[in-house]
Amino acid sequence: MKPAFSDSSFYRSFLTWWLVCAIIHVAVIYNEPYGILLCVTDSIVSNSLLAASCLLIINNMRYYLPRQEKYWYILVISTVLGVICMLVSQWLLMLIGSSTPVYAAFVKDSSTIRFAFDTLLVGFIAMFGLLWYTQREQTQAARRQADAEKMTRDAELFRLREQLQPHFLFNSLNSISALTRSEPEKARHMIQQLSDFLRGTLRKEQKQWVPLQEELADLQLYLEIEKVRFGHRLQTNIICSDEACKLNIPALLLQPVVENAIKFGLYDTTDTVNIELQAREEKEALIVSVSNPFDPETSVAGKGTGFGLASVQRRLFLLFARADLVQTHTDNTTFTTTLIIPQIHDKDHTDR
Amino acid sequence: MIKTILIDDEPLARSIVKEYLQAWPEFTIVQECGDGFEGIKAINAHTPDVIFLDIQMPKINGFEMLELIETPPAVIFTTAFDEYAIKAFETHAVDYLLKPFSKERFDKALQKWLNQRSTNTVVDNHTLLETAAQSPAHQNRVVVKEGSKIKIIPIPHIQYLEAADDYVKIHTADGTYLKNKTMAHFEQLLSAQQFVRIHRSYIINVQLITRIDPYEKDSHLVILQNGMRLPVSKSGYVRLKEALGL
Repeated sequence: MKPAFSDSSFYRSFLTWWLVCAIIHVAVIYNEPYGILLCVTDSIVSNSLLAASCLLIINNMRYYLPRQEKYWYILVISTVLGVICMLVSQWLLMLIGSSTPVYAAFVKDSSTIRFAFDTLLVGFIAMFGLLWYTQREQTQAARRQADAEKMTRDAELFRLREQLQPHFLFNSLNSISALTRSEPEKARHMIQQLSDFLRGTLRKEQKQWVPLQEELADLQLYLEIEKVRFGHRLQTNIICSDEACKLNIPALLLQPVVENAIKFGLYDTTDTVNIELQAREEKEALIVSVSNPFDPETSVAGKGTGFGLASVQRRLFLLFARADLVQTHTDNTTFTTTLIIPQIHDKDHTDR
Repeated sequence: MIKTILIDDEPLARSIVKEYLQAWPEFTIVQECGDGFEGIKAINAHTPDVIFLDIQMPKINGFEMLELIETPPAVIFTTAFDEYAIKAFETHAVDYLLKPFSKERFDKALQKWLNQRSTNTVVDNHTLLETAAQSPAHQNRVVVKEGSKIKIIPIPHIQYLEAADDYVKIHTADGTYLKNKTMAHFEQLLSAQQFVRIHRSYIINVQLITRIDPYEKDSHLVILQNGMRLPVSKSGYVRLKEALGL
């Protein structure tokens, strides 16, 4: 927090107020027998002490703002400071004015009114500081909340757009457009595949668990479309044992992994790309590994983790509170992503 | 006869351009290419008048491919969805087709190019490429030509850059490469990463610094892991200290 009341305008007005108070003080207590010099000294001493108390309380509030009992706090602190101001000024003024008995008597008599005045003024400043700091805190909290809300909104928008996969969608539509003339039947088939795929993405709210078999069927749709787009360059090989096919997996978890592998493979090499998916059961967990070729010379180390994988990792972390369920492995020219999906979940349990 | 080359990694995307071009008998497709490497070879071999170029392609993208060609032909871009590319196009009047595009839109693009050609309007690709250089791909790697070979240098592999007339020398562990860009271009490109311009002629990868020694008055020497010693200017030293958090 920026130190409050630290700007020069604050100090300027503070000084002006102090001067006004001091002059009024002189005017009020001026009396022939003491002489003007004593009155001015009295004013400077009392008002300086008062100013010091005010600054003390304001700076104190920078570090400690009473939450509850704030009015008691103000009352107590202003009374204490009022007493201190009064006692110290009395002692100082007695010392200074000891040679003028009339004045010494006056100092003694006026102690009650001095105390009342000091307490009121300190209380007023404390109240003012309290309001100022509270208001500032609220503004900051409101801004933080607005920022947080904006971030959530942005993340949601980003997720929606990712879900739509504009690049995939527009390129698929372009392929269909190309096919309509030359191979109308194939174009129609592709429209159906694309529709089924989109429907599947929209229907599954990323909440339910589905048998691997079902997830693989949806994945197949996606792969078929990609194969039409990339022709013979893309080849896929899915190996799934019978037991593994019956195990469950969070819906739509595999697709980003395969998508990542395809992108990585297709855009990192110029040859035929073979994407291999293997699923097996191991120690009460479903193990799915997806591999793609890559060029070790041009890939930046660590880049392979990919953006798509981060979201998969996060989903699994939210489900199982384990960060080791997504593993990547590079071997010469093959990049492998392995997912470990424990089968100990409660079926009604949902993430997000 | 107008020579053209289609460069797109998706065969169907090329076939649609081919189909639309049938209505334009003066255009001859001299070659079709599935990636940027083939594209460079084909352009050098045939010197086409105009090319149809996709952005997202294997290995090097369309922009990177253009950077590697000394006198690029006229380009009509074809792309599906690429925010950076579209931004680049919109700010620099080069024609582009967003997939899937109609025959009418395609014809309009060709007509526009033919008009430009007849009035000798030269479309400047330079600023377009500068804008495109903000794309994420460009922030990961630098593509250079080494003889007839093309080399992709991941940015973290760069040790330091050295100014050399109109070129910039890129020093890496496996060799030195030339790129016809300015130091200012690289300074801007690499500013977000661990690179600092320490001197009018040098930009270094700060991760590789082993020592900074004082040297003469007002200047310093930086010593890299491979023993290379490079001068640091007064203002370079300020930037270097800032980057290292000193």
